Amino acid sequence: MIERIKHMLIKEFIQIFRDSRMKGVIFLMPIIQLLVFGYAVTTDVKHVATAVYDLDNSVASRELIARFVASGYFEITAYAKNPKHVRELIDRGDVRAVLQMNKGFEDDLRVGRTAILQLIVDGTDSNTAGIVLNYSAKITGEFSQKILATRFSRLKGLPLKPATVNLQTRAWFNENLESRNFYVPGVIAIIVMLITLMLTSMAVVREKEIGTMEQIMVTPITPAEFILGKTIPFALIGFADVVLITVLGVFWFEVPIRGSLLMLFVATALYLMTTLGVGLLISTVSETQQQAMMSTFFFYFPAVLLSGFMFPIANMPAMIQWLTYLNPLRYFLVIVRGIFLKGVGPAVLWPQMAALAVMGVVILWSASRRFQKTLA
Amino acid sequence: MNTLRIWAVSRKEFIHIIRDPRSLGMSIAIPMLLLLLFGYALTLDVDDVPMVVWDQEGSQASREFVSRFTGSPYFSLREYVRNYRELEGAVDSGRALAALVIPKGFAGKIESGREAPVQLIVDGSDSNTATIAIGYADGVAMVYSQDVALDEIRRMGGTELALPLDVRPRVWFNPDLESKNYIIPGLIAVIMMVIAALLTSLTVAREWERGTMEQLISTPVKGRELILGKLLPYFAIGMLDVLLAVLMGEFLFQVPLRGNVALLFAMAAIFLAGALSLGMVISVVTKSQLLASQLAMVMTFLPAFLLSGFMYAISNMPKAIQLVTYLIPARYFVALLKGIYLKGIGLNILFIEAGLLTIFGIMMIVLANVKFKKKLV
Repeated sequence: MIERIKHMLIKEFIQIFRDSRMKGVIFLMPIIQLLVFGYAVTTDVKHVATAVYDLDNSVASRELIARFVASGYFEITAYAKNPKHVRELIDRGDVRAVLQMNKGFEDDLRVGRTAILQLIVDGTDSNTAGIVLNYSAKITGEFSQKILATRFSRLKGLPLKPATVNLQTRAWFNENLESRNFYVPGVIAIIVMLITLMLTSMAVVREKEIGTMEQIMVTPITPAEFILGKTIPFALIGFADVVLITVLGVFWFEVPIRGSLLMLFVATALYLMTTLGVGLLISTVSETQQQAMMSTFFFYFPAVLLSGFMFPIANMPAMIQWLTYLNPLRYFLVIVRGIFLKGVGPAVLWPQMAALAVMGVVILWSASRRFQKTLA
Repeated sequence: MNTLRIWAVSRKEFIHIIRDPRSLGMSIAIPMLLLLLFGYALTLDVDDVPMVVWDQEGSQASREFVSRFTGSPYFSLREYVRNYRELEGAVDSGRALAALVIPKGFAGKIESGREAPVQLIVDGSDSNTATIAIGYADGVAMVYSQDVALDEIRRMGGTELALPLDVRPRVWFNPDLESKNYIIPGLIAVIMMVIAALLTSLTVAREWERGTMEQLISTPVKGRELILGKLLPYFAIGMLDVLLAVLMGEFLFQVPLRGNVALLFAMAAIFLAGALSLGMVISVVTKSQLLASQLAMVMTFLPAFLLSGFMYAISNMPKAIQLVTYLIPARYFVALLKGIYLKGIGLNILFIEAGLLTIFGIMMIVLANVKFKKKLV
C-alpha cells in the first residue's frame, strides 16, 4: 500500500511541476501577493485630505483649523474659493472633508453666542466618513471646553475648574492600532486557501477530462490510496507556502508572533484538511475543469467575505452568522490572529481547533465516499 | 475578417455553453447569489460593541458615568467584572471587545472639580472596529465632561451659558452613512471582474487540451476571427449579469443610482470587453486549463478585492502600491461605478478613469490576437 501511494505521489509531483510555470504560481505568487496586499490592506484613517472654506478668516477660525491639523488626522490640501469649488473638490475626490466657517464665526464666539462650524464629509466611503466624524467631534469638543472655561472666568471673575473625565485608552494586542497586524495573518490564511483549493479541485476532474482516469482504474490502486495520493502533495505544498509567507510576514512586515509555533502548525494541518477536503469534493462532483473552477470560485468568494477577514461577523444578520459556522476560514482566522496577536494557546482556542478537526474529517470522508460512487 | 466565420465560431461556442447547462447556470446564478448574500451580510457599521465594566468604586457618580455608555446605542454591557483576571479573561476570549475601568476616587474627583482618570481597554486586534469604538467612547466621555461643566456653571453662577461651538456635520452622497451604498457598487465591479476572466480563461486552453484545436486549425477560420467569435457569447452573458446586478441594486437594495444609466452600461461594456480579453490572453498563453484557472483566480479575485479601492482606500496605501493599483482594471471600474451611483457625476469628471479603462480594453484585445498562433508546435 505504501509502495502504491509512493508511486502515486511521484506521479503527482511530476505532473504538477512538469510545467515550470506552475512552480512560479505555487511558490512565487504567494510571496508577491503577501508583499503587495500586506501593504495595501489598511483601514488606518490618517491625513484625511481636507479643504478649508473659511469665510471669516479670523484668529479664532484659524486656531480651530490649526487644531484639526495638529491632531494628525487631517491634512489641509486645498482652500475653497466658493461653494461651486467645494462641490468640485468633493466630486473629483480631491478632498474627503471640508471645514466651512461663515462670516461672524469669531464674533459669535466673542459675544458668547454659539458659533457654527459646518463640516462636509464625503460619505461614499461610509467607514472612513464615520471615523472622520468621530475625530472632528473630539477636536471641536476640546476647543469648545477651552472657550467655555474662559467665558466663565470672564463672567464671574474666578477661574472655572470643571471636572473632566480623562479617558485613557489602551489597545491590547495591537498597541498602535496598526491595521497591518490585523490583516497580514488573515492574508496568509486566504492565500493558502486559494492555492490548495484550486490545485485539489482540478486534480481528479482533470484525469476524468483527459481520459487518464480509465488508466488509473485498471491499476491495482484502491480509492483510499488514490485520494491520499491526490491530497498529500497539495498538503505539502500548502505547508511549504504557509511557512514561506509566515516567515515573510514576521520578518518583513514585523507582525508580532506571540503564541506558539507548534500550535500554528497543528492548526494549519487541521485547516489544510478542510481546504483539501472541499477541493476534492468539488473535484468529484464536477464533470469538467470549467465546472470545477466555477464551483471553487463559488465556494472561495463567500468563504473570504464571510469569514471575519474584513467584515466583522458580529454585525451580520443572525441567519448569515449561522452560515459562517460552516466556514473553515472563520475558525482559522480566529486561531491565527489569536496566535499572532494575542499569544493565546489551546486553552482559549480549543473550540476553533475542534471545529476544524471535525469539519476536516467529515469533508474528507464524504469526498472519498462520493469518489467511490463515481468510480463504481 | 469575415463576419460569417466569426458568426460560425460564436455559434459553436454558444452550443458548447448551452451543452454544459451547469456552467451556464453558474455563470448567471453565481453573480446574483453572491450579490444577494453580500448585499445583506456585509456591513462595516459598528454598533453594540460588547463591553465589560470594572467599577471599582460603585458610587452614584460612577454608575451615572457607566449608564452613559450602556445607554448609548454603540455599547452593550455584557457583565460587571470584579477583578483584573476576569477582565482579562473576557477580552482574551473575545467575549468583550472593550473594558471600562473606573478607579476608586472617581466621584471625589468629579465633585472637587479635578481630572478623573478612567481607563478604557479595547481589543486592538481588529484595528478598524477598535478605532471606531474608541471614537464612540471619546464622544461619550466628552459629552459627560461637558454636562458636568455646565452643571458646575449653573451651580456657581445660576446663569445659563451657551455652548461655544456647534458642529453641523453634513454627509454628502450617503447621508445616513449606510455601508451598503458604498459596498454594493464596488461589489458589482469585483464580481464581474472575476466572472469575466473565469468565463474565457479556459476556452482556448480547453481546445488545446482536448485536441480539438487541430480541427479548428484545419478550417479556413483566421486567428482573429476565432478570438472574436469566442468572445462574443461570453460578452452577452457578462452584459446580462451586469443588467441583473443593476436591477438588484435598484429594486432589492435601493442603492441610489444618481448618474446616467446609459453611461453606466457603456462603461460596463468596455470593462467587460477588457476583462474577457484578459481571460482570453491567459487562456492563449497557458494552453493548460489548470494553469489558466490558477492564473485567472490569482490575477483577478484578490487584486480586484484588495487593490481596487473597493474596501481599502487607495489614498491610504504606500506610494509604490498606489502605482501598482493603476494596473488593476477593477480600480477604474470601481471608481466609475461609485461615481455614477453615489455622486451622480459624468464623464467630465470621470474621463481619466474611463480613458484608462478603454486603453486597458484595447490592449487586452490586441494582446489576445497577437499571442494567439494558429499553428501546431
